[in-house]
Amino acid sequence: MEILVTGILLGGTYALIALGLTLQYGVARIMNLANGETLVAAGFIAFWLFTSYQVSPLWGLLVIAPVAFAVNWAIYVWLLRPLVDRAKNQGMLEVDSILATFGLLFLFQGLMLRSFGGAYVSYTFLAERFTIFGSPYGLNRVVAFLAAALIGASLWSFLYLTRRGTAVRAVAVNPHSSNLVGIDVAGTAALAFALGGALTACGGTLLSTFYTFNASMGVLFTIKALIIVIMGGVGDVRGAVLAALILGVAETSVASLVDPGLTLSATYALFILVLLFRPQGIFGRQQT
Amino acid sequence: MTQLSAGEIRIALIGAAAVAAAAMLPVFDQGFYLTLSLNIVLFAALCTAWTLFSGPTHYISLATAAFFGLGTYSVALGIDVLPFPVLVAAGGAVAALLAGLVGAATLRISGVYFVIFTLGLAELIRQIVSWTQVKLGASMGLYVFTDFSEAHIYWMMLALTVAVFATGWLITRSRLGFALQIIGNDEQVARHCGIDTARLKIVLFMISGAFIGMAGAILAPRYSYVEPPAAFSPTVSFLVVIMALLGGTRRLWGPLVGVVPFTIVMEFVSARFPNDTPIVIGLAFLAIVFVLPDGVLGRLEQLRARLRRSRPASPAAVAAKEPA
Repeated sequence: MEILVTGILLGGTYALIALGLTLQYGVARIMNLANGETLVAAGFIAFWLFTSYQVSPLWGLLVIAPVAFAVNWAIYVWLLRPLVDRAKNQGMLEVDSILATFGLLFLFQGLMLRSFGGAYVSYTFLAERFTIFGSPYGLNRVVAFLAAALIGASLWSFLYLTRRGTAVRAVAVNPHSSNLVGIDVAGTAALAFALGGALTACGGTLLSTFYTFNASMGVLFTIKALIIVIMGGVGDVRGAVLAALILGVAETSVASLVDPGLTLSATYALFILVLLFRPQGIFGRQQT
Repeated sequence: MTQLSAGEIRIALIGAAAVAAAAMLPVFDQGFYLTLSLNIVLFAALCTAWTLFSGPTHYISLATAAFFGLGTYSVALGIDVLPFPVLVAAGGAVAALLAGLVGAATLRISGVYFVIFTLGLAELIRQIVSWTQVKLGASMGLYVFTDFSEAHIYWMMLALTVAVFATGWLITRSRLGFALQIIGNDEQVARHCGIDTARLKIVLFMISGAFIGMAGAILAPRYSYVEPPAAFSPTVSFLVVIMALLGGTRRLWGPLVGVVPFTIVMEFVSARFPNDTPIVIGLAFLAIVFVLPDGVLGRLEQLRARLRRSRPASPAAVAAKEPA
């Protein structure tokens, strides 16, 4: 039971990160391998705001999310759109965007190493006991989960209840047909990419309240997020949330039952299962 | 098909002369230049082995560090029990086995899954190796004591590089190479021709992985103390991708063009600005995508083609410029 609750609490934050990636990959068609760096950068900014100005990470979100939105929008428009325009087919775009975002990954990592050093960082925020079903949990984890759920719910209402959101979903299904019905595909892709970056940054901020991180950890989160996205089906919001919760629980079980050093193996085990039995994802439909 | 053309004989002679010259190096210098040249030869072997697979298939493999580390570990574990050549072979075999498993899981589906899988592979193997070592009560590090000097390692690595080139050349002459060319141009067409594309890709990935594993095994005596974080350092995978793409992957010797300058640059950067290596790697990736999408060689060939178009030279001059 404790494992289940801890896993779900962790999974909530993972879901936010994976939702960010699924928007970037599913809608903007860019496999953003620098996603984890956005997350870690957000964590560092939250850390800096909290330790230097005593700004609570929850208020920090109000600063971090818009900044991440702007930065990711700029990255998409200036750096990635030229690649989209020059690519002759999806395969070429994939290779180009993978290489370009590798570049961003190392660039951001290097800049963070310069500004914050390579040491592990954490800060104490809401480290109080909070009891669920008779067992104590960190209040910061519970708060992070609730905040993640709130942000996730607003994303859902944006995607399913507004015109803009419907356009985003249409582009995810088929960019060409969306263009035919008068959707600004290029603008929507930029919006989705920027929104994805902002969501990831929110995930990073929330994660930093209870997690110890350092400048070179981004890749690990990118892998986790990618695997969640594939498990849930690319571009699928429900799938990403469910897969994130599954991954959170699987990781927590391995960490507490076997060894904390083996969490990545849990991730890979799930990945292999998905590849073997359901490569299109939990809710994904078979490609024709 | 089996007959060697005059051009191929010429390339073989030039290659043999270059290798002989390179093999003489330890006679003149045992210090800085030997260390630097060992790095260059190491990355030449790794990048060419990488290109064997990633060149024709266009799949970006980041599994290099995992294969390399497995090779290093095979030597570190068995150095007191088995002779060195057996261990090198074992390192290659273990790496090929891992490549086969990874290939079987991912190469049947789309290429994106392959990239994602290999991205974390080195870290995964590192976790498993560390965990096994702790479980078995062994210490985290292993000592590798041998009688090999740096010059011996250099010669062995040079021999391995030659073997990689020879294998690559044999592949291009074989049915496998022909099939690969079709896959590289259009996988759909290849499948319609009755080529088992997934199996071919897996075989090729195993060959490439085996060479990378052997390179790791040969280099193991240089470290003398091996522990998981150093042996499975993911940076190696990225450096290999950069160097190979920088040179160009359309030709077997393309990566060499990227390996030599970039190894020297990295040597300089890691000596002077050790904390800024990620920034250099990042800028290199961006430069590859935006400035040199086909590598230095591709750019040179483009330039040559443009020159030839703009200045219609006499037939004799064109014939002289014809590629060898």
